[in-house]
Amino acid sequence: MNKIDSAISEFRQMDELASGNSPVHRLEAGIKLAVTVFYIICVVSVDKYRLSMLTMMIFYPLLMFQAAGLSMSGFFYKLRYVLPLVCMVGVFNPLLDTSPMMSFGNVSVSGGMISMLTLMGKGIFCLMASYVLVATTRFDSICAALGRAHVPRVMVTLMLLTYRYVSVMMQEVSVMSEAYALRAPGQKGIHISAWGSFLGQMLLRSMDRAQELYSSMLLRGFDGAFRYASGERAKTRDFVFLTLCLLSFAVMRFVDIPELIGSFFV
Amino acid sequence: MIEFKNVSFSYEIDVPVLRDISFTIEKGESVGLIGANGAGKSSLLKVLLGLLPHDGEISVDGILLETKNLPELRRRMGFVLQNSDNQMFMPTVFDDMMFGPLNYGMSREEAERKVDSVLERLELQSLRDKYNHKISGGEKKMASIATVLAMDPEVIIMDEPSASLDPYNRRAVINLIRSLEQTKIIASHDLDMILDTADRVILLSGGRIAADGRCRDILTDRFLLEHNRMELPLRFSESY
Ligand SMILES: Nc1ncnc2c1ncn2[C@@H]1O[C@H](COP(=O)(O)OP(=O)(O)O)[C@@H](O)[C@H]1O
Ligand SMILES: [Mg+2]
Repeated sequence: MNKIDSAISEFRQMDELASGNSPVHRLEAGIKLAVTVFYIICVVSVDKYRLSMLTMMIFYPLLMFQAAGLSMSGFFYKLRYVLPLVCMVGVFNPLLDTSPMMSFGNVSVSGGMISMLTLMGKGIFCLMASYVLVATTRFDSICAALGRAHVPRVMVTLMLLTYRYVSVMMQEVSVMSEAYALRAPGQKGIHISAWGSFLGQMLLRSMDRAQELYSSMLLRGFDGAFRYASGERAKTRDFVFLTLCLLSFAVMRFVDIPELIGSFFV
Repeated sequence: MIEFKNVSFSYEIDVPVLRDISFTIEKGESVGLIGANGAGKSSLLKVLLGLLPHDGEISVDGILLETKNLPELRRRMGFVLQNSDNQMFMPTVFDDMMFGPLNYGMSREEAERKVDSVLERLELQSLRDKYNHKISGGEKKMASIATVLAMDPEVIIMDEPSASLDPYNRRAVINLIRSLEQTKIIASHDLDMILDTADRVILLSGGRIAADGRCRDILTDRFLLEHNRMELPLRFSESY
């Protein structure tokens, strides 16, 4: 299997993960979406020097990973290309912000160090929370939930099509790069002189296929509504989950719990 | 009943792909649409499904093919695409089969019953909860026919249903097609398959109808077939 094929199968695995069955999978998609969005807002809005406050917030994704039976290694493996980027974001902070914030004995920790860690933490926590959503909710259920939240139908349809289109496009790239490799043995990747025609061909071919795919949806009565996912409705269980999450995120966001506990001992 | 009256179509101006096509297909007929590569078979099917525009007049059960009637007409016609990968876009076979019935207003329970009865009839229950990317080409073709049958179409339209199947799966698909009672239009250059599945043949050549008649008559006419860039079915060729 070449690189692209394995990427395709990883992409498809998300569908498989999302069709699993766990308490988290069974939560209604709209509620999960709302909780995830609220969680991300809470995490992102933490002050860049409040590392202690942020640390508490890892509990939500950790608990969800547990409850959904998701593996941490799977998460890190799937996001192995994205995580370094997220960690790069704050990497210059220690150089730019050298004012000491706290000290352990002789070692003083600069504000830049703290803010770098906070930024990395924010990125990773948000990715984890989004991963929980995507890995436990089928994509069309998410789209249906967006539709119910009055996100314009055109946008939701576009999202769904993009999602399907990505794997179609990856398949075309895979077929074409194989064909190329067979006729250019011993060459690594695709020579720059062929990029133009390669890209053009790839776009044409994947557009043709996307067109067919869309026709196939139209011919089976698709009109922009997500009927096949709208069977689910939020139940009491889902609202309890929502309330619990909203409350605990709010507490974690406005009360610095580690600091509070610390203050009892000082 | 499907009626084409002087239908023409072109992708690019001055390069007609279908020229002045007229024919009628009665309810329950099984029609093979044959022709060499590029003869216009796929284009004709897409025109009939309203996926491509056309000049002239097309009607199905007396309903004229035009934009406002499209939903009504498409409901009557099930299309099995040549490339099943483009047909099966949901994660599992079951999801894919549910897609059409739900869109056409069946309740979840009704749709589920329908899906299960189609799977049972085709003896494909084992595929029900399989992931689309994990089944073989033959299984995918069978499953894509099942998704179409789940919508209860009156007409089943297939584009090259036997293409890229191994002999075993090809035979299975042929048997399946033979067992369908609906009106059938099957586009293919696999004349041996057409011989097994169709009663009538329409031969397309360069976008025109070159012949229209009984399956046996046309598929044994070596001169006609060779003149239109095709060969006798294997079982009729003497050299075989
Ligand atoms: N998207 C397109 N744009 C322009 N020309 C096309 C397109 N698709 C097919 N054609 C042309 O239309 C003709 C008929 O094609 P098609 O209907 O696919 O034939 P068949 O299915 O019989 O092989 C061919 O000459 C082909 O080159
Ligand atoms: Mg064709």
